[in-house]
Amino acid sequence: MFSIDLLLGAVVLGVLLGCFYAAVSVGLSVSFGLLDVPHVAHPAFLVLASYGVYQLNESYDIDPLLAGLAITPLFFLFGLLAYRTYHETFEKRGSDAAVRGIAFFFGIAFIIEVLIILQFGVDQRSVTATYIGKSWRFGEMRIPIRQLVAFAVALTLTALLAVYLSKTFMGRAIRAVAQDEEALRLMGANPVRIKQYAFGIATAVLGIAGALLIIVAPVEPTLDRAYIGRTFCVVVMAGLGSISGTLIAAIILGVAESIVLTLFGASWAPAISFAMLLGVLAVRPQGLLGR
Amino acid sequence: MKRRTFLGGAMAVAVVGHGSSAFAQQPPIKIGMSMPQTGGLAGGGKASLLGIEIWRDDVNAKGGLLGRKVELVVYDDKSSASETPAIYAKLVDVDKVDLLFAPYATVPTAPIMPFVKQRGLLLMGNFSFQVNSKVGHDMWFNNAPWGPADSWAASFLDLAQKAGGKNMALLTADQEFAQNLALTARDVAKKRNIPVVFDQVYPPNTVEFSSIIRALNAAKPDIVYVASYPPDSAGILRAVNEIGVGDNVKIFGGGMVGLQFAAVMSNLGSLLNGVVNYNTWLPEKSMYFEGTKEFFDKYTKRAIEAKVDPLGYYLAPFGYAMGQMIEAAVNSTKSLDQKGIAKYLRENEHKTIVGPIAFAADGERKETATLQAQFRGVKDKDIEQFRSPGKQVILFPEKLKTGELISPFEAARK
Repeated sequence: MFSIDLLLGAVVLGVLLGCFYAAVSVGLSVSFGLLDVPHVAHPAFLVLASYGVYQLNESYDIDPLLAGLAITPLFFLFGLLAYRTYHETFEKRGSDAAVRGIAFFFGIAFIIEVLIILQFGVDQRSVTATYIGKSWRFGEMRIPIRQLVAFAVALTLTALLAVYLSKTFMGRAIRAVAQDEEALRLMGANPVRIKQYAFGIATAVLGIAGALLIIVAPVEPTLDRAYIGRTFCVVVMAGLGSISGTLIAAIILGVAESIVLTLFGASWAPAISFAMLLGVLAVRPQGLLGR
Repeated sequence: MKRRTFLGGAMAVAVVGHGSSAFAQQPPIKIGMSMPQTGGLAGGGKASLLGIEIWRDDVNAKGGLLGRKVELVVYDDKSSASETPAIYAKLVDVDKVDLLFAPYATVPTAPIMPFVKQRGLLLMGNFSFQVNSKVGHDMWFNNAPWGPADSWAASFLDLAQKAGGKNMALLTADQEFAQNLALTARDVAKKRNIPVVFDQVYPPNTVEFSSIIRALNAAKPDIVYVASYPPDSAGILRAVNEIGVGDNVKIFGGGMVGLQFAAVMSNLGSLLNGVVNYNTWLPEKSMYFEGTKEFFDKYTKRAIEAKVDPLGYYLAPFGYAMGQMIEAAVNSTKSLDQKGIAKYLRENEHKTIVGPIAFAADGERKETATLQAQFRGVKDKDIEQFRSPGKQVILFPEKLKTGELISPFEAARK
């Protein structure tokens, strides 16, 4: 059933899907990639954000993207609080913080899941917007507009974050804390505060990413489990902490997944992300653009 | 694993005022089950449980069974097949329940079948599909209207062939229920010489269906048979709306789980139009039997409080019917002897709020009562519209039919 048209369509849809994967992974690239926090609750935070967007869209008819922007400050504060709790209870107590931290974040993820169920029930939720459910026609090909929106927002989000981390004082401080926490301390800066701030930013980004999640597909309380593998795969394949690498890795993954779905059969799709991850790590253990 | 013991029925008994003294003297009859209350199947599981709870309250208000109060012992199986074997072992060995109901759905039920067969226990099935076909347990009775294994696919393909469909595309989720459906669809298609031009199995957690629908479109099928699970059904229909499936498609749908639930229907709104899909109960004239209206009056009130599906057509009345059948069997045999109850269930036709039920030797319905219905004139974001007749026109079975198929699919969507 192979045809050039099908392949071309698969590549285009794959790039769009990849950019969406980048948007939902970029926060993790900061929290796990740069800060070494074993943030397995990242997808749960993401789903929580999409429920926030759903609530605003449902109650006040606010556009999902604007709703995502509106909850960003709240998520920043939530991130500050989550990191401070993690730091006080786990990180500062010893060298095996990462292992125990996984338990902490798993716990948070389950609590979030249960809270969502208590508040919203177990049913799927989705949002309405003019760009959802419609497509643009390019010749024989039709592209869902929601995917184009996700593509544009994801590109903007990763570009802004990359610029922030490389050009601003605070961004450089975050990179510094990732490279050598001790040296930063000796220079009189407080690495914990910087890490807390960075974690806040990583969580704030999820406001927008959560909006994209519910724009692309309906959400349900346990959706985080579907994303835990994909997001970690993207971040590790990208090279820990590399924002541009996250975008590239996500696009590679999206295109590969889309080609497999279209031409080879959907059953193989889940294996693709991890097969590619293993392939990349075998050749470049530091990831595509890793330090 | 969380234990919930339900005592709500006691209040209803006190109000009605009879049977309460007997309740005090005798231990309750315990009916044990697991139910998906979290995870992907929770939407259905909670609605099904509410249907069973309404039956429990009704039967307790009438004085219980054999003069004893009915109590439900329910655990959350988290929609997971790995949880249910341990839960059912606990129900039988630790909680010492008197009777067992199966959890909602095929996936959590399949792994407990060997256990109940080995122990010789009666199990009232709750919407599983073909879980007993290989096990061959003679004390299994499924409340679902499926009937013979191939009737589901056969009824859909009957409609498709009448509309001029000559070849078929199959899109199925990679899990037990959908694969069972796909298997029967392939068999029926083979018997009828309908070539399968596209046959894709997609894994759970597929995020985006645009690529799959493009590939399906390229195969140019006349008939599109989809067996999907709730998280995916919405994604598939959205992609169909955006990408399109082509003008040659005569009929689309068949086995999409999820399109029976109010939240999904409300979310998808007009995207549903034209889809022909299976269902179990619909608010059409032909579907009302003794007690049906009263049941839905109670369900509608309690669903809001319980935060479950506000319509509850798909599972809840069948949960109630499962209780009704046990009630009739226990009252007639005047005992809790599971072999006696099984014999009664096998040999009699049972009056329920979802119509008469008679079982074949494999514990499934003798005749299928699975509906194939077409969505028509559905508007966006309006749950209440689904309470009126005409939104899902019944095309099959003949005796419950309320309209004719509109084909091709693209014409039916307008």
